[in-house]
Amino acid sequence: MRIELTVNGKKHALEVEERTTLLDCLRDHLGLKGTHAGCEHGVCGACTVLCDGAAVRSCLMFAPQAEGFAVTTIEGVTPGPGELSPIQDAFCETHGMQCGYCTPAMILTAHALLADNPEPTREEIVEAISGNICRCTGYAQIVEAIALAAERMRGANRAVER
Amino acid sequence: MKAAPFAYSRAADVEEACALLAADDSARVIAGGQTLVPMMAMRLMRPTRLVDIARIASLSYVREDDDGVAIGACTRQCTVERDPLVAKRVPLLKRAVPFIGHATTRARGTVGGSLAHADPAAELPLIAVTLDATMSYRAGQAEGELAARDFFTGLMTNGLPDGACLTSGRFPVWQGERIGTGFHEVNARRSDFAFVTAAAQVALDGDGKCHRIAIGLGAATDTPLRLEAAEQALTGGTLDDAKVRDAVRAALADVEMLSDLHASADYRRRAAATLARRAIADARAQSLGNAHAH
Amino acid sequence: MTETLHHFRYVASDRRVREDRRFVAGKGQFVADVDLPGMKHVALVTCPYPAARIRSIDKTAALKMPGIHYVLDGAELAEATAPLMNGLDTPDVPRRPLAHEVARYSGEWMAAVVADTRALADDAAEAVEVDYEPLPFVLDAEQAMDEKSPLVHAAHGSNVLLDKSFVWGPVDEDFADSPRKLSLRLKWARSATVPIETFGVVANWDAWRDMLDVWASIQMPRYADQIAAALKIPLSSVRVHHDVDVGGSYGVKRGIKHTVLAGYLARRLGFPVRLIEDRLENMRGGDAHGPERLFDVEVTFDDNGVVRSMKMRALENVGAYAGRSPFQLGKPVGAIVGPYKIRSVQYRAIAVVTNKTTQEAVRGFGQGPTNVALERMMDEVADALGLDPLEVRRRNLIRHEEFPYTIPSGSAYDSGDYETVIDKVLADTDYAALKAERDRLRGEGKLAGIGIAACLEPSGGNATFEALLNPNITTSTFMDSCRINVDGSGAITATMHTTSSGQGHETLVGTVIGEALGLDPDIIRVTRPDSLNSLPSGTPVGSRMAIMLGGAAFHAAEKLKTKLMTIAAHDLRIPFDRAVYDQGNVYDREAPQNWRTWADLVTIAYRNYHRMPPGFEPGLAVSHVMQVPTGGVLPTADGRVHMYPCFAFEFHLLLIAIDPDLGTPQILRYRVGHDCGTQINPKIVRGMTMGGIAHGIGAALYEEFAYNDEGQLIAQSFMDYLLPSAHEVPPVKIIDHETPSPHTVLGQKGSGESGYLGAPAAVANAINDALRPLGVSINTLPLTVSKLGDLIAQARGR
Repeated sequence: MRIELTVNGKKHALEVEERTTLLDCLRDHLGLKGTHAGCEHGVCGACTVLCDGAAVRSCLMFAPQAEGFAVTTIEGVTPGPGELSPIQDAFCETHGMQCGYCTPAMILTAHALLADNPEPTREEIVEAISGNICRCTGYAQIVEAIALAAERMRGANRAVER
Repeated sequence: MKAAPFAYSRAADVEEACALLAADDSARVIAGGQTLVPMMAMRLMRPTRLVDIARIASLSYVREDDDGVAIGACTRQCTVERDPLVAKRVPLLKRAVPFIGHATTRARGTVGGSLAHADPAAELPLIAVTLDATMSYRAGQAEGELAARDFFTGLMTNGLPDGACLTSGRFPVWQGERIGTGFHEVNARRSDFAFVTAAAQVALDGDGKCHRIAIGLGAATDTPLRLEAAEQALTGGTLDDAKVRDAVRAALADVEMLSDLHASADYRRRAAATLARRAIADARAQSLGNAHAH
Repeated sequence: MTETLHHFRYVASDRRVREDRRFVAGKGQFVADVDLPGMKHVALVTCPYPAARIRSIDKTAALKMPGIHYVLDGAELAEATAPLMNGLDTPDVPRRPLAHEVARYSGEWMAAVVADTRALADDAAEAVEVDYEPLPFVLDAEQAMDEKSPLVHAAHGSNVLLDKSFVWGPVDEDFADSPRKLSLRLKWARSATVPIETFGVVANWDAWRDMLDVWASIQMPRYADQIAAALKIPLSSVRVHHDVDVGGSYGVKRGIKHTVLAGYLARRLGFPVRLIEDRLENMRGGDAHGPERLFDVEVTFDDNGVVRSMKMRALENVGAYAGRSPFQLGKPVGAIVGPYKIRSVQYRAIAVVTNKTTQEAVRGFGQGPTNVALERMMDEVADALGLDPLEVRRRNLIRHEEFPYTIPSGSAYDSGDYETVIDKVLADTDYAALKAERDRLRGEGKLAGIGIAACLEPSGGNATFEALLNPNITTSTFMDSCRINVDGSGAITATMHTTSSGQGHETLVGTVIGEALGLDPDIIRVTRPDSLNSLPSGTPVGSRMAIMLGGAAFHAAEKLKTKLMTIAAHDLRIPFDRAVYDQGNVYDREAPQNWRTWADLVTIAYRNYHRMPPGFEPGLAVSHVMQVPTGGVLPTADGRVHMYPCFAFEFHLLLIAIDPDLGTPQILRYRVGHDCGTQINPKIVRGMTMGGIAHGIGAALYEEFAYNDEGQLIAQSFMDYLLPSAHEVPPVKIIDHETPSPHTVLGQKGSGESGYLGAPAAVANAINDALRPLGVSINTLPLTVSKLGDLIAQARGR
């Protein structure tokens, strides 16, 4: 069927099979490979994108359902080639990743959290990312990255406490 | 893990949704899809047509009437989570919603979707049963209602007539100020479906005696369960620990518990007793606290 | 080495990890991102029975479906390819990508369907009709040893693949003399590393060049060799692209059967073929399960808790086919006594086949389960004597001044200061106060326990356990390599020759070369040539890359320095030993005002051959292939072998509380003392340690590939196989100590495994400490909520 999606601020008219998930549509039809498939049944969170600013799982949405939403992927929060957002930079600063597979989803989840709550506690960060499974890091440096990003975005230019 | 092929229609209104459902026995309603889509991905469900009702504006609301709060079927769980009316008038629902999945699934998941899916381990069916909610639906031109105890008919099955579209759930509001609630779950990881869930709502009278109590158990049996025997035993008395323990134990005596990979039937029986006691204790404490606050 | 430790310029400093920049932008290149023109997609038909004879496979209906190109069955594939490599000499236990004649586990791949899209391939896979004759099956390892049990491989005549006993030291004597003994039975459940990216491979055959190009999410030694052997093509016709980012592995990404399947299809069909496991295929038929091991341990000890001798029987359920997995019983031999001075050991290693999914390597290669058995045993010894478990460990530890220390099975531990690491942890967290906190919690009606575990991380790789378990294997090296080229502009490019799965190897190479050359690591480009342009690499297994790739990079940089100094000395007309290298420039020790800059030297090497030493190789290219330190020796006739060069140490200490009514555990405090020698990049080391602990907590409390009695895997999705989320992993304080290894260039040891090796033991000990007041114990992992709840209720008599 024919659908129209708004992704990273751009409108796309696409022909997709109804059963195409938003995840597969982003990757296979729009070439946005930063959104990753992990379990395809809604548990691991690796496919997280933003729909109207809210973090959602793109494997749990068929592409036609996404019409009318402003979809944002990791490509949409990256300021430009070689440039990093404050959250992306904070993940680099704390090494809040290893293999990088769950990372775009973690960063988008962090974007959604910090847009809503600029000063999250550790517990709030943990709660926010608890739907994103990372098998590499044990989460500590991810939690620190988000706390550091929050702090920097609030303008307090202090180092994060370890 | 790709769904089997299906046709997709976005219904403009409930009438159109019902017409689409009536035209195809194997059509299914989709709203948030947070439960349906993974089942389709694993090909455990193969609807021939999805009728998307998520954009029907008239199904998304939280509204108060005389003695209840009605919530449109397409109202998203994250909306309920933040709704001040729900917080004030249906505090047990407010308490339970954060336990549903993750923030990312509550952002898409709807109240109607969770109720219709009728998973006994899900939070909303348990609250519906505990509070005697009423489910409204539309089937063709006809409108109908089902009480929660008639709505949840079995494991993952509901009592809606064929081709019906659930339109709302209405949660009765308990009047008075000395209302307290309690909600507890046990699971392996905090965000998983629970092995056992317990919900309690209590109204105390001026003497601190139990004026009214509702106790519900989820995930223990095929459908959410009300501990009516315990409610009767506890109404009119003080909710002291020993009495609660005895009443809960007696109410659970003849209940046959589910057993699965993650929790044995014996485990569920003990956990049910523990969590029901804790939910009642929380509800009582909150009720007493509310009394002091006023 | 020791005296240079504090003069590092880049090593051990808190620098960023260069790979991270691409990952945070979603610009990693994972295998699923490889998109070749004309590429088709594979879905698998899987077996619904734990054992069945294949009567027939009817492809007719599937081939009529839209977008379908081919359906491949096991008969065709078996005819055209050789069986996959086995570690043991068990020719009657052949392993193939698709079942042939008999299927041996539920979920085994029966046929492969190739279609225009993955969804169409899934549709057609449902239409392939396989006629099965269900066969009797066996799931349990002990039952599998019973002669009356069904045979998984009838031609092999037994379900036992390996049954080998070793005696190191005077075991009988020690047991006869000892005043005290105890025994312990412990079960480590089938779990694995379960990366968030499933395994995937893209293969393309170029008939005009006789070349199979492979892009894969792989972490596997001799991958290209195995592909070539199975497909019966020259190794030089297999080109594995190493510039694929692997989305987590921790051992298991060994998709050889997937690759042979995709490679065959690509060659047979003439277009690129992509096989990306979906999660169900990954969990059931991806052959990525880990050890499932039953231990019987017996020890003798004296009244002071000093353990003298140990008998250990380890029974491994490897699943339906062998592969390399039985070797996971061999690696633990290299540290069979852990950090303790147990003077004699008897070890019996048994591997049996059953009708379960095939195993692959998992983080630690079998050391994780063994460490739980060892550390549970130490706690039992303490309990038997009424001694504190920490004190008992102290009485058994190898002391700092005793290194190098040779254990009964032959490994010479390189270095360590276990006491100091423990003291540092206890300086941070007062042990008496921790015990008081535990007792206070107990007073409040909770079950609370302290868990202690030590562990060693044998690191550096050196697969002589292969030769130990299979005498026909005579491999005594495990190489890694690095090439450095300084180009005509003076820019530096270094190479590594394998894929990575999150370990930061590009950062490792850049940092080490930068350190050696005294140049900013960020200016050093690190690339990954394909396998045909690569030097030898043992791949990132055996906790070896810091030691081996780091070592190769260091030695290559030293060769480059020598080359630069030789050129400069000649040009300055001074003897070589007067040339001093300093951050890219070379000067005369006796006349420091006379020097040649980096740019001068590049000019000479590239353009002014007349200024070069006569006959000297032009350009500035160097490479180094590194032999594993202390390697090169095969096992002795009496079964003693020195395995890995380095041994990192960890000490775990945690406090846990269990809700007595629900059985839910909560880790309240977690401290780790960690000594992996020099940390080349502390951010990476910390991440590895934390990730390992999280993984270990999963193995101890949540994760199990559980089967029902019908032989069906019931934990086959992420709904039932429970990976720890951020809620389940507590904050962990890591306390570092640094005992350099004498065998490595910078004093480094491995750090990828010890979190995982220590955490399950520490958690199991904490839970047993919590249960102690009830008079019960539990030694069956994972220690799930339901299991604990039932046990506690039983102990309390209700």
